[in-house]
Amino acid sequence: MTAEVKSVLKQKKRFKTLHVLRNRWQMYLLVLPAIVYLIIFNYMPMYGLQIAFRNFRTSKGITGSDWVGLKFFEKFVTLPICWELIRNTLSITLYSLCTYPLPIIFALMLNEVRSTKFKKTIQMVSYAPHFISTVVLCSMITLLLSKNGGAFNTIVGLFGVKAQDWLAIPAYFPTIVVWSGVWQELGWSSIIFLAALAGVSPELIEAARIDGASRMQIITHVNVPTILPTVVIMLIMKCGNVLSLGFEKIFLLQNSLNMEASRIISTYTYELGLLGGQFSFSAAIGLFNTVVNVLMLFCVNTISKKLTEISLW
Amino acid sequence: MSTKAKDIIPKKNRIKNDGLVFDIVNITLLVIILLILIYPLYFTVIASVSEPKDVAAGNVVLWPVGFTWESYQMAFNESRIWMGYRNSFIYTLLGTLFNLLLTIPAGYFISKKELPGRNLINMFFLIPMYFGGGLIPTYLIVKELGLIDTPITLIVLNGISIYNMIITRVFFQTSIPNELYESAFIDGAGDMRTFFSIALPLAKPIIAVIALYYAVGHWNGYFTALVYVNKQTYQPLQIVLRSILLMNEQALEAIDPNTLDESMVVALARRAYLASTMKYALIFIASAPLLAVYPFVQKHFVKGALIGSVKG
Repeated sequence: MTAEVKSVLKQKKRFKTLHVLRNRWQMYLLVLPAIVYLIIFNYMPMYGLQIAFRNFRTSKGITGSDWVGLKFFEKFVTLPICWELIRNTLSITLYSLCTYPLPIIFALMLNEVRSTKFKKTIQMVSYAPHFISTVVLCSMITLLLSKNGGAFNTIVGLFGVKAQDWLAIPAYFPTIVVWSGVWQELGWSSIIFLAALAGVSPELIEAARIDGASRMQIITHVNVPTILPTVVIMLIMKCGNVLSLGFEKIFLLQNSLNMEASRIISTYTYELGLLGGQFSFSAAIGLFNTVVNVLMLFCVNTISKKLTEISLW
Repeated sequence: MSTKAKDIIPKKNRIKNDGLVFDIVNITLLVIILLILIYPLYFTVIASVSEPKDVAAGNVVLWPVGFTWESYQMAFNESRIWMGYRNSFIYTLLGTLFNLLLTIPAGYFISKKELPGRNLINMFFLIPMYFGGGLIPTYLIVKELGLIDTPITLIVLNGISIYNMIITRVFFQTSIPNELYESAFIDGAGDMRTFFSIALPLAKPIIAVIALYYAVGHWNGYFTALVYVNKQTYQPLQIVLRSILLMNEQALEAIDPNTLDESMVVALARRAYLASTMKYALIFIASAPLLAVYPFVQKHFVKGALIGSVKG
């Protein structure tokens, strides 16, 4: 193709674009509110992130404060509590990553149930905890685990375990957070896998059955490979959040006795920034957190692309 | 031929037996899981109507002991609960409306692949899913806008969930045939007209789903109110709930047997026990609206989760 033809084509394309814009400006009007909203509440804060590199003073404003470079990042890394924060955050997220297979197993089990009525009942009950608010969930945890009449102590008491205030023991904190999360999300997270299981071809199962495969073998050799792409995608998404552990739940379960295990990055930025007024330092820690998350997401996605050819992008 | 047939028969038998054992084990395990999932909720309900002293002593396990409504009476006497209820109701209603106003048109726009600049705008929407300013910069922006300590913050913040926008987009792309838009175009309808008279009425199911998602988010929201709204009269239910639950914790710790005489300790202990069962009642009261509508809307929630999983 000669350069002349190319430029003519380009011109034609530009003309077409202009034409479309003139006819369909109403479409852009429809999307405008959302764009304006995102600019104000999502992109402006990104721009405001520069305070992580400045020494923010309320009187000088975001752009008027002095540059200090990486001072606050250095301060964070040299902070004695820094490693405790990262360790606490990581130990809870890695722990919860280990429970990732549970909803998959739950979906596989549910998929084998023949009675629709029983299946529907289990589904309805198991989705319900998902809609309970974090405040209510944490209050329930506190009450159920309390030393005075908490149901948990009553039940484990039957097996001879001494009544304790479980939330006051730092060593149990990750377990409490993770397993209450499993309780709340087991059913809800299984929906996606159940949907994927509906896509298993009946011919394949029939063929396996005729070849003499047991129910267990059909599950491991037919069902599991079919839902594998979904499993991997969901896992990548989860890894991308490895440091963005939910603030609310941890914050609400925190007490002065379990602090050494329950102080995580997000609760610390809240303490430091909003309660302590150290805006720049807190923003720097927040930025560190986000950057690690994005890097994790890229790494896991790349690895997955190499190994399984499944990727988010 | 005959040997082959013989081979098949025992295999079929084996499958049948395997299936039976499998079913029994599977269903037993599922019933156990079901009981574990249900018990904390069940216990909350029975504890809220039991005699406070028996709850504290751990006598309540499988059914209510010494049935009483006292905990509920005490909970309903808290005027702040009603205020929280009213506030949360308003925030949920207006907030959800605002969410829909932003999300549905945006999802509709992104569903039109042929529009120039669509990919760029799509990218603009997707970036905040992975990267954000974080707590402090957002707080400073909200402060600059003068929205701290105003009820508007609780309606406006979290205005658009990209995930919900994607669900909407997928719905528009897969559930409404293109011919419909084309015929509207031939009849001379502009994009606005097409959106309001054709796309929106057909999108009712998806609007219901994401309205439910947003409404649950508003009703259950705690963090936004914690950070941005301190004024008592504007506080939503979750904040009120939390502060009442914390307050009574301290009441129990205040009892000191050494400085008080016996009858007072008993009376105070009774009050402290009641305060603790009142928490169970409060939990039930706060979750009641959701639990009441849950069985009816459950299938819509699931529908949304399924659309979201095929976002492609």
